[in-house]
Order: sequence, then C-alpha cells, then structure tokens
Amino acid sequence: MAEQPDDKSPLTQPFNIRDCALVSMATGYRAQNLREFKEGLLRVHEGSIYHHFWGRFLEPQFDEPEYSNDFAAWVYHRLNEKALAEKLSVIDPTDYENIESVRQDLVERVEDRLYENEFVPWTRADEQFHFVRSQIVVLDTGRYLEIPSDLPAAVPGMTIGSIFYHFIDARKRTEDRSDDFSAWLTGWGDTYNDLRLKLMAVDPFFSSLKELRFMVTRVLEEYFSGGNS
Amino acid sequence: MSELLDLYAEVAGRDVVNHLYQLAAPLKGMKVVHVNSTKEGGGVAEILRKLVPMMEALGLDVKWEVLEGSPDFYQCTKGFHNAIQGFPVELSESMLEAYETVNVENAERLRPVLEEADFVFIHDPQPAPFLNFCPNRRGKWVWRCHIDCSRPYRPVWKYLKKWIQDYDASIFSLAQFAQILPHPQYLIAPSIDPLSEKNIDLPEEEIRGVFDQFGLKPDLPFILQVSRFDRFKDPLGVIEAYKQARKMVPLQLVLAGGGATDDPEGEKVLEEVRKAAEDNEDIHVLLLPPDAHRTINALQRASDIVLQKSIKEGFGLTVTEAMWKGKPVIGGDTGGIRLQVVDHFTGFRVRSPEGAALRIRYLLHRMDRLEEMGTRARRLVLENFLLTRHLREYLALMIGVLHGLEDRIDMIQ
Repeated sequence: MAEQPDDKSPLTQPFNIRDCALVSMATGYRAQNLREFKEGLLRVHEGSIYHHFWGRFLEPQFDEPEYSNDFAAWVYHRLNEKALAEKLSVIDPTDYENIESVRQDLVERVEDRLYENEFVPWTRADEQFHFVRSQIVVLDTGRYLEIPSDLPAAVPGMTIGSIFYHFIDARKRTEDRSDDFSAWLTGWGDTYNDLRLKLMAVDPFFSSLKELRFMVTRVLEEYFSGGNS
Repeated sequence: MSELLDLYAEVAGRDVVNHLYQLAAPLKGMKVVHVNSTKEGGGVAEILRKLVPMMEALGLDVKWEVLEGSPDFYQCTKGFHNAIQGFPVELSESMLEAYETVNVENAERLRPVLEEADFVFIHDPQPAPFLNFCPNRRGKWVWRCHIDCSRPYRPVWKYLKKWIQDYDASIFSLAQFAQILPHPQYLIAPSIDPLSEKNIDLPEEEIRGVFDQFGLKPDLPFILQVSRFDRFKDPLGVIEAYKQARKMVPLQLVLAGGGATDDPEGEKVLEEVRKAAEDNEDIHVLLLPPDAHRTINALQRASDIVLQKSIKEGFGLTVTEAMWKGKPVIGGDTGGIRLQVVDHFTGFRVRSPEGAALRIRYLLHRMDRLEEMGTRARRLVLENFLLTRHLREYLALMIGVLHGLEDRIDMIQ
C-alpha cells in the first residue's frame, strides 16, 4: 500500500534523527544496607531513579544483565535478597505516570521487605550502592527521514546515542510511552500498525544498545522486505 | 574527516566518530588546556598523548602543559598518592612547602595560557593548587582525579580539599571514588588507545620474538602481570600465587614493570620482588624503559593469562589493555577492575594469592573457557573502554559544565 500521510497529524513531519550523549554524576547518596537504600531512594534526585533504569544503557555494561535495573542487581548481588530483587526487577517505568510514582513504588517494595525481615541486610563497605545521576546532551544530526521505508537503511547507521534517544529515552517523552519510531508511524494512520506493534514488542531491558540497534533493524528489514512499503 | 579520526573510525566504527563530530560542534574553537605532572610513564600521560590531538582534530584549540617539580615535590606528591589510596602518610611542613612553592612557580610560568583558556583540566593532585594562583581566570576549571579515592587518609585529603573545592567541577573514575565537594562531580572511566604502540595489532613473529628476547620457554604456559613496581599492585602476591599454582601445573611468570618519573618508591619494591624471585628460573622480572610500549604489547599478546592482582587500583588500564588483546584477566577485587573484570565472564576477581592460584589452574585446565572469556573481554573493551568513548564523555561534560546542573541539555537549534 502506498504511504498515505494523515495530514492532520504533526507526526507526518519528516523524522528528525537526533543524537545524545550522557555523562554520569555522583549524587553523594550511598547505601550499605537495605534501610540506607530506602533512605537513598526517598531522597535522591529523580534523575538518579531515571539513570538506574535507563541511563545505565549508555554506561559500560556487559550485555547479558540478569536484572532490568541497577537497584535489583545490587539488592541481589550485594544483599543476597533474591525475592526483593525479583520484585524490583519487574518494575517497568513506562507503566507509571511519572518518575516520582516509580520512586514511591520502589520505596514501598523495599519497605515491605524491611517489615518482613527481622534484621537489616547489609554488605561490605566497598560494595555499597552509589546513587548516580546523569546529564544528557541532545543534538540534532541534521538528517531527516521522509517516509517510513527510509527507516531500514537509516537505523543501522545510527549511533548508539541515537538509538538510546529514539528507542529508550523516548519512553518518557512520547504520549503512549513507546519509542519515537512507533510514535512517528502513527502519523500514517493504520497503515503501519503491524510494524508499530512489532517495534513496541522489542524488549529493550536485556540488551546492549548495539544489540538493540540490530534487533530494530531486523524488525524493519523483515517488514519492508516482506512486500510492505 | 581528519586522517587521525579516520583511523579511529576503522577500529571503533564510523558512527562512533560521527557522534564525536556532532558533540564537538558547539565547542569548536574553544581554548582547552590540560595540565599534569609528566609526559612519560603512567596512565595519565598515555591518555593525554592521544586525547589532545583528537580534541584538536575535532576543532578545539588544545594545549598540554606539564608541571616541572623538584625531588622534594615528587616525594610529597607520592605521599599524596598513597594517602588518597588510604594509607596513613605524614607529610612534613617542609614537604608541603616544596609542593606549594613548585605550584606557585609553575602557575606563574603558565598563567597567561591558563587564564585565557575556556576550559582547564588539571590532572591529579600535583598541579591542583594552580586554580588558586590564577585569579583572572575566565574559563571553567575541572579537576580530574585518576586515583582510587574511595577511602582517602583524612588529614591529607582535608589539606588537598582546600585546593580543590573552588573548581567548577571534578571528575572521578568511579562513583565510589567521589568525595563531598561543593561542585558537581562527574564520573568518567579512563580508556585505552587502540592505535597506540601498546595496543595496535602486531605481526605474529614480533609476538613470538619475546620468548627469545627474554629467555622464556615457548612451550610453557605463560602468565603475566604488567605494572609499576608498587605495593598496591601486589607483585609479591603475584609471585606467591605463581608458586602455589606451579605446584599443580607447569608455568612461567613474567612481572614486567616500568618506572614513572614521579615514583621514587619503585626501586625499593623492585628489590623485594627480585629477592622473592631469585631462586626460581621461571620467574622473570623485567624492568622496562618507559617507551617499551611495543614490547609490553607483544608480552601481553604472547601470554596465556594476564594478572592484575592489585590491592588498590584507580582504574587499571593494564587490565583494559590485556582484555583488548583477547586475554582473560585475573584481577584484584578492587576499584576499576570491578568495572572491567566481570567475574566468570571476562575473567575472575580474587582477594588473595590462593584465589589467584586457583583461577590460574582452572583457566589452564579449561582452555575452552579461557578462549571464550578472552573473546568477551575484547568485546567489552571495544564497546566501553576505547579512547573514543572517553573523549565523548569529556565533550558531553564540557557542554554540561557550560549549562550548569540541568538534567537535559537540548542543543537543537
């Protein structure tokens, strides 16, 4: 089917490829036991909550993480609290209205565990949790995509900063908490519904950004080489 | 694109270099000065040797200045180094006086360059007081700490803090090194240069050449630690680990170290190491000149396993170098080694000579795991610890410092 933009929607504007770079900052908050961890969660800048769910993607990491956020990983590896780690790991920030609600839920789950436990789990001084936040610099690459079928050729050449911005960071900017590509496709009415659903089904939590770029490219190539245009 | 950056694009990827150009565009033409204490030896000089020309290639106007010190000054700054890493060090009034005098003299010499710069990066404690002697500075000043600062000896840290607190920002290698300071503290891990003599690919005959050059046995498994002869690197612990592993598997050990011009303690440690190794022909202690980068490269490539059994470590660039060459690393469970050696994936983290001996035996017994971990180690470095990532974070930091503490800096026109 030919591409028929929905003229009423501003999303049919050409897609502006953006890029971003992140630099991490210390917050001064750290935790050696579960109670200090809860205090840190309560007090730390909301940018730190964002960082430990999403910003970490642009930081050195091994690409087979067991848990979907840094909080869960520390609770398991340093406090040995597997059940709590699992409960923290299922939190998906896109299910929440804002980052403050994510913070409240994290605190509640930790409080529940503190209530159940007769002692406060702790770790060694050199294995503390350090709350980190980040600054993101967003850049315009000056490159545009006119129509969705430009996507499969463009995505493999995008930087990991672009992948982060359009596929991860977008989840806190877009109306339906999806990625920017899916949001752009809504401008073509129902034409690309199948593709949107496929893109939205890519789980970003357990991959490095390079892997994510590969996965998104594969979805786009399969879609457009399958007779869709 | 510049020829220099073209070369990096071949190793790190074209997209990575394009990203640097975009990030550098708003900083084009800005005057940047880096200051440290030596041009030769040590990780800082190695990083600056390439970071500076790369920043220039991106259109920034960059200078690298070196502080000139006296023996008293270096004695004092070696004391700072140890104290920052947590050892109680008493510094006499006369040592501190030498430190301050050298700083006053050097700041005087460099003042015109420093005061007109848009950004000044001061590396480590040696030139930290410079800021206080440049009252007409117009740019942003950033103090970069390359040392493990997780538990500094308090009296010395309090003394240094008075020189550091007025900076616009500081940079630490890891979150656990950050201190309470009245300005933003950025976290940037160091990196290696894949195109330097120390890391570039070498012909096979050059790699095999180290066996003849140093009298090594070509058929005997070969474990290696490359580091300065410094107590924090625990060379005696490495010898102990070797001796224990050697009871079960035949192998040889090379301890290769260089001296840095700002490390007067190295001689003493080297003597102790030689003594511990003297009755074993398969332990080779090599004191290499500071420019022996290619030799170190060949030794790392020729080895089977690389150790970095540090007790304290800032970041551990020798770990990164070994991993880049596809070697699994057995490292001390400390500092930046934790960020690189992912236990059971890219190597093993250990807390004792016994732990190191156990892992040496395991890897030599399971060569399939050794290969697998080496492949993963190289990939981890490719994606996270090359100079291009380091430069990217410096550029992001510079934009960040210019914009204050905003979470999101939108450079879209």
